[in-house]
Amino acid sequence: METLNALANGFAIALTWQNLGLALLGCFLGTIIGALPGLGPSNGVAILIPLVFSIGLAATPALILLTSVYYGAMYGGRISSILLNIPGDEPAMMTTLDGFPMAQKGQAGEALAISGIASFVGAVFATCGLVLLAPQLVEVALLFGPAEYFALFALAFATLGGLSSKNQAKAAVAAAIGLAIAMIGVDGQTGVPRFTFNNLHFYDGIDFLVAIVGLFAVSEVLVFVENHGTGQGTDSASRFKLGRVTPPLAMLKQTRGAMGRGTLLGFIAGVLPGAGASLGSFIAYTVEKKVSNKDDTFGKGDPRGVAAPEAGNNAAAGGALVPMLALGVPGSGTTAVLLAMLLTLDITPGPLLFTKNPDVVWGLIAALFIGNVMLLAMNIPLVSLFVRLLSVPSKYLIPGVAMISFVGIYGISGSTFDLMVMVGFGVLGWALRKLEVPLVPIILGLLLGSQMENNLRRAMTIADGEVAALVESPLALGLWCAAIIGFLLPLVIGRYLRYKEDK
Amino acid sequence: MSDRIFAFICLALACLMTWGATVIEESFIQDPLGPKVFPLVIAFVLAACGVAMLLRPDGEPIWPTRRKQIQLLWTVGAMVLYVQFLPVVGFLISTAVGAAFLSWQLGATLRQACLGGLSISVGIYVVFRLILGLSLARGPFGF
Repeated sequence: METLNALANGFAIALTWQNLGLALLGCFLGTIIGALPGLGPSNGVAILIPLVFSIGLAATPALILLTSVYYGAMYGGRISSILLNIPGDEPAMMTTLDGFPMAQKGQAGEALAISGIASFVGAVFATCGLVLLAPQLVEVALLFGPAEYFALFALAFATLGGLSSKNQAKAAVAAAIGLAIAMIGVDGQTGVPRFTFNNLHFYDGIDFLVAIVGLFAVSEVLVFVENHGTGQGTDSASRFKLGRVTPPLAMLKQTRGAMGRGTLLGFIAGVLPGAGASLGSFIAYTVEKKVSNKDDTFGKGDPRGVAAPEAGNNAAAGGALVPMLALGVPGSGTTAVLLAMLLTLDITPGPLLFTKNPDVVWGLIAALFIGNVMLLAMNIPLVSLFVRLLSVPSKYLIPGVAMISFVGIYGISGSTFDLMVMVGFGVLGWALRKLEVPLVPIILGLLLGSQMENNLRRAMTIADGEVAALVESPLALGLWCAAIIGFLLPLVIGRYLRYKEDK
Repeated sequence: MSDRIFAFICLALACLMTWGATVIEESFIQDPLGPKVFPLVIAFVLAACGVAMLLRPDGEPIWPTRRKQIQLLWTVGAMVLYVQFLPVVGFLISTAVGAAFLSWQLGATLRQACLGGLSISVGIYVVFRLILGLSLARGPFGF
């Protein structure tokens, strides 16, 4: 009942003209960002944060705008997957497997409609899950002391490294790099400068927005320059007739089960720290194929193969918001970027957010429901408009994106030094992508670094330097065990799979 | 080989961090752990990963060809120049030139690039400066 009251208040906040307008704008921009190849949800939100910040929007409207972009990008990612066989973002990868064959069979319109509905089902269910689960998690989180938080951060890094990367060592390197960068600047507890190289610019640390936009957006520009003219360009306009964009009822009936299973699996994958939307769509597709692939139709344009991963990735996107809002620990790359946005707006997520700023939390959740209805309405009839936008050639799109990134960062600080640091991060991001070092742990390290260290030091101050205090409570011990298992399990499973393949 | 070089860079970074942590000046207000321990832990993790990558490197990534390398260098150089010229000549001019150069790098003809660069620059100026009121770099001509 309490939850319902809070939700009603949230709707009261979200249903102002300004917030509705921002949600609409966010959904529209998000769908475009998701649909354009090379501009995923992380990229898109990362570029928009500094802009929103410089424009000076208040916290709740800014949050509504940017999360609408996040959800919109999840919807939009399917458009280029289905029509061009190029996933607009990573989670949309699995949608290409059956979506593109459907388009080749002349069912592009149906595929887009089914995936739109599946996205809606997944996202709405996940938002309901968020409403139910987040307050419960808050109750648990209130029991956390500094030692438990330190263990929780370790768990986030471990599972993120374990699940999202092929090479554990590289994921751990990425986390270490992020944490190391977070340490640059004046130490908050004692006031001594650390790793500043006596350069005044470094005294207040490196702004994580500068790093995020550099790592994601600028490195993307470099990747485009590198791939240009090597056959991986995306200059081709849409080649398919859309056909009808309303799905036949029979097809809806056929995909009902796929949507349900995809939603459930996606949501669970999203709630787990470090997994996120890519894993959600992957699991949803794999399981659906196991369950329904009786006539060997998967991979050849089976609508269930479109519905399952789309429901999965949108459900995971919603699920990932649960740990982000309730614990302050993001579950995926994009939620890490959303965490950056909250920190920029001077909101610290975590259990206290629900008691201190309930208007922010519930306004946001209500906005998610509204945004989803808008997205469904936008994505079924207006899909041909978005399809037309796909034909914007990258030779104009990418320079525009690069320049907007520069504008945003210049807008927050007005310093060319920050812009140089951003270009530096762009080059670093490009090199690390080449070496297959994941970028998300770096972002997570940057965002959580100071909190992680503060909690460690607070725990030590309470225990008077006794290291054993870190694992004293059963809760902390459990979190550490989960962290170790999360980090090592993929290693064991990977070896087992390789062993099976050899046989 | 690339992985091994990267591993060496990580080890070198870990050494630098260790050295950097030991020269942090201690303050008179001090918690039991102090400002040095956490950096040392991170340096240790970095070093351990470096050793792991040294022992078990992945396959070689596909590095760009010589021609592409030069093109990438040009692109980065253009971005650096763009940033340096931003406060000198103002937003509109530097962005038009910068965007045109990028667009040319991505395969536009010279004419297309100039037109594209100009419209990107003016477009951003109108949306962000005139409509949204963001502060952009001002050159000697006020734009």
